[in-house]
Amino acid sequence: MRTPTIELAPVVPELILVGSAVVVLLWGAFVRRLEPLPLLFVSIAGVAGAAAASVMLWQWEGGLTVLGGAVAADRFAVVARLVILGVAFLGLLYGHHYFQRSGELRAELYPLMLFATAGMTLITASADLITMFIALEILSLALYVLTGSSSRLGSVEGAMKYFLLGAFSSAFFLYGVAMAYGATGSTELSAISRALAGRTGELALALAAVILLVVGFGFKVSAVPFHMWTPDVYQGAPTAVTAFMSAGTKVAAFAAFMRVFNVAFQPLSWDWTPVLWALAAISMVVGSVLAIAQTDIKRMLAYSSIAHAGFILVGLTAAGQAGMSASLFYLVAYAAMIVGAFGVVMLVSARGEEATALGSYAGLYRRSPLLAGLLSLFLLSMAGIPPTAGFIAKVGVFQVAIEAGYWELALIGVLASVVAAFFYIRVMVLMYMREPVADHEPDESPMPLAALAVPAALTLVLGVLPGLVTDVLRDAAVIRW
Amino acid sequence: MPWLTVTTFLPLVGVAVLVAWRGVSDELARRITLAVSLATFVVSLGMLGRFDAGTPGFQLVERATWIEGPNVQYLMGVDGVSLWLVLLTTFLMPIAILASWKVTDRVRLFMASLLALEVGMVGSFLALDLLLFFLFFEAILFPMYLVIGVWGGDRRVYATVKFFLFTMFGSAFLLVAILFLYSSSGSLPGGPTFDVRELAQLGLPAATARWLFLAFFVAFAVKVPLFPLHTWLPDAHTEAPTAGSVILAAVLLKIGAYGLIRYNLSLFPEASRSFADAISVLALIGIVYGAVVALMQSDVKRLVAYSSVSHLGFVVLGTFAFTEQAMSGGVLQMVNHGLSTGALFLLVGMIYERTHTRDLGAMGGLGSVTPWLAGTFLFVALSSLGLPGLNNFVGEFLVILGTLGRNVWFGSIAAVGVVLAAIYLLWAYQRLAHGAAPDGRRHPDLSLREVLVLAPVLAAILAFGVYPKVLLDRVNPTAAEIVSQVDPAYPRFEPPPTVAAQAGTGE
Repeated sequence: MRTPTIELAPVVPELILVGSAVVVLLWGAFVRRLEPLPLLFVSIAGVAGAAAASVMLWQWEGGLTVLGGAVAADRFAVVARLVILGVAFLGLLYGHHYFQRSGELRAELYPLMLFATAGMTLITASADLITMFIALEILSLALYVLTGSSSRLGSVEGAMKYFLLGAFSSAFFLYGVAMAYGATGSTELSAISRALAGRTGELALALAAVILLVVGFGFKVSAVPFHMWTPDVYQGAPTAVTAFMSAGTKVAAFAAFMRVFNVAFQPLSWDWTPVLWALAAISMVVGSVLAIAQTDIKRMLAYSSIAHAGFILVGLTAAGQAGMSASLFYLVAYAAMIVGAFGVVMLVSARGEEATALGSYAGLYRRSPLLAGLLSLFLLSMAGIPPTAGFIAKVGVFQVAIEAGYWELALIGVLASVVAAFFYIRVMVLMYMREPVADHEPDESPMPLAALAVPAALTLVLGVLPGLVTDVLRDAAVIRW
Repeated sequence: MPWLTVTTFLPLVGVAVLVAWRGVSDELARRITLAVSLATFVVSLGMLGRFDAGTPGFQLVERATWIEGPNVQYLMGVDGVSLWLVLLTTFLMPIAILASWKVTDRVRLFMASLLALEVGMVGSFLALDLLLFFLFFEAILFPMYLVIGVWGGDRRVYATVKFFLFTMFGSAFLLVAILFLYSSSGSLPGGPTFDVRELAQLGLPAATARWLFLAFFVAFAVKVPLFPLHTWLPDAHTEAPTAGSVILAAVLLKIGAYGLIRYNLSLFPEASRSFADAISVLALIGIVYGAVVALMQSDVKRLVAYSSVSHLGFVVLGTFAFTEQAMSGGVLQMVNHGLSTGALFLLVGMIYERTHTRDLGAMGGLGSVTPWLAGTFLFVALSSLGLPGLNNFVGEFLVILGTLGRNVWFGSIAAVGVVLAAIYLLWAYQRLAHGAAPDGRRHPDLSLREVLVLAPVLAAILAFGVYPKVLLDRVNPTAAEIVSQVDPAYPRFEPPPTVAAQAGTGE
């Protein structure tokens, strides 16, 4: 066995993230009187540095993978990283504000978010199932703690549930990795692909690996029927953390999902496409239908995020560049709208978590036209109403699905969007057409509002001028191995 | 000057101003909105000036690449069908705004919604790229939803949610069909496209074309609305504020009928022929059913709403008769119905502001209390029921004439609708204007603002009734072109056959 050459450039983003996390962690541990602002600055500097390092990787001319085939250095990873880092930036700002407001700010918040981010970015670049598993655990462990970082009962309950089911799904994932190794003798994605190419008989082990990995990823992207944890965790976690993880985890897990199935199991695409088809269909339908019955906005958004997982899966059923770039666009749009929506939820009541019942959105327009307008924008984008990013994203995934011959799936998708529109507009009915009942004072602090401008602008601009990113995404949607 | 782009997006400037300027006073917000909508109307007149009456096909075409991945273009163009619908929109918009001067709740949001609506409506008429069209088509939903839901009547939330879901349900099929068309258009010389002019050249298998036709049809039939998909309309109309009803009746419904002509007929001519009879029957049911139900209404706003169902039936009937007269008549009927029904809703709004009731049974005596208001109502009612000399007559006459040429039964049943219209409209007038005022109160007659609101519409009603040639000259070439595309057997624009040729064919 040759010793791997050490080429660290493609993991510099993760090194920066982990480095700043360690700095912040030690600072918080040794400095007696906690002054949170410098910690926030260091963390954001870490995220910005990681983003700059990722951008520089766009022009990477070295090998396709480094560190003995463990990490891929491609544009796909660059784009996925940048989306995640954007989410992390907003998540840090939200988290800082949220916990300061609730008086529960602890120095561990920042390093945990940074570790989770490092896990998320690493998983998008993993070219080996073992690396991927490690990255998955880094991000999951940090998120379990973040979920439970409030003393509210729901928060702890959510963390427990997340931990148990997450551990369960990790086991599935790991078992899938083992099966893949058994079938092909390697855990490297490219090696698995080469071993499977042209093979006809003896696929049982490989197919078992496919199924187990689908289950593992299904948990992480919260596709039906592996979605059970999502509503409880999204509802229980502090809203700032929900915003961060709902967007970050989904982007990271989907990026890894795409890489595994478009590289390692690409030769088996005839076998797994129907599986994804079915997952996409039931996720869209079940997510949209169950969201109707919710009376808590965080649960409602959780179910809507389940439905969105289905829409993204629609793009994945069409393998290849077109499908991947459509799914990537959807992920960008989704990240913007879900981070934005949870950001508004966080600000609807200045007194913390009390304003998550749908009833507290009654008359929001009267109390804060700005927050009502922003939430409407994000909800319209989720419903796929133009001119928002969500509309272009939906058109994109449906178009590739139809191109691939799955027009039935697209039809199920659009009908699910109609069902989904019902609960989005129900929130808007409350905000615009009812009079305020509860006396929440909305939180109009300038910092989080300014942070919300980012997803809002992205939602609008990508809806009107999607061409700004489609070229980049098309470049990124090719995974070479 | 890019006339079409400016006409479409000028109102957006107003939206931006109203959204950004948080401290604007209500009065100023109204004035800004009125000014923007008037400016838009002026620009659209410029577009009319540039329009060449004699040519069928699209004019003033503007093209730019919008999205490159899937080939989506920013493609706008105007022809004889869309021209008058755009003008109708830009003409009625300032009137609707002026009519809602008395809205005092959240004025900024209201005015911004109206202007946003205008962008969506004009854009829908002008877009030639299917995806661009769909974008405008869907962008109408949210502002209309707000207009009905925030400023509407008692059951506004029910009405607006129903409106939203019905429309979205219809357009779900439309989106899939559009994307399907795109994915099957790879064989075209220019590669896959959403350009409706190129897609019309696409030879689709007959079965596929039928399914796509039906998908388009459902989306537009909901909008028209065609029986039995009309049930959202009475609710939405009744609950909407005056401006909302006017826009809904005058313009929004026309997008459905326009879509049938522009997309169903030109993209799927063969399927159009095979479904023509069935659709004509639905249209006839709509004509008679709408009229009969209107006859039974005591709520005057609901009555006008059902009369819309009936009148729009004529448009669809004309569209699917495949004769030039019927097609032109249908287009005319769209414009005229917009004027007459728009005016009726304006008047109903004015009456309601005075009597605070829409119940015909609780009205009466307006003829003596407010003679000008009642007189105007009568005038508009007469135009709406198709009195010769006023605008609606021409369209209905042409539709019936053109349909008779195809199918005597269809034409005759449609004529019944005209008779019924006379009954319900005159009866409504009788109940609200004659007799004694029930509460004995005095109401003020038309105010100056109300005269300003009504006068342009009345003038247009009279002008298009007396001299429909202005409209027809520009509609006819396009109508003939569309009919000849759908039905190659229908005589094209050709010089009359010579005697020799007649001798050759005649046995």
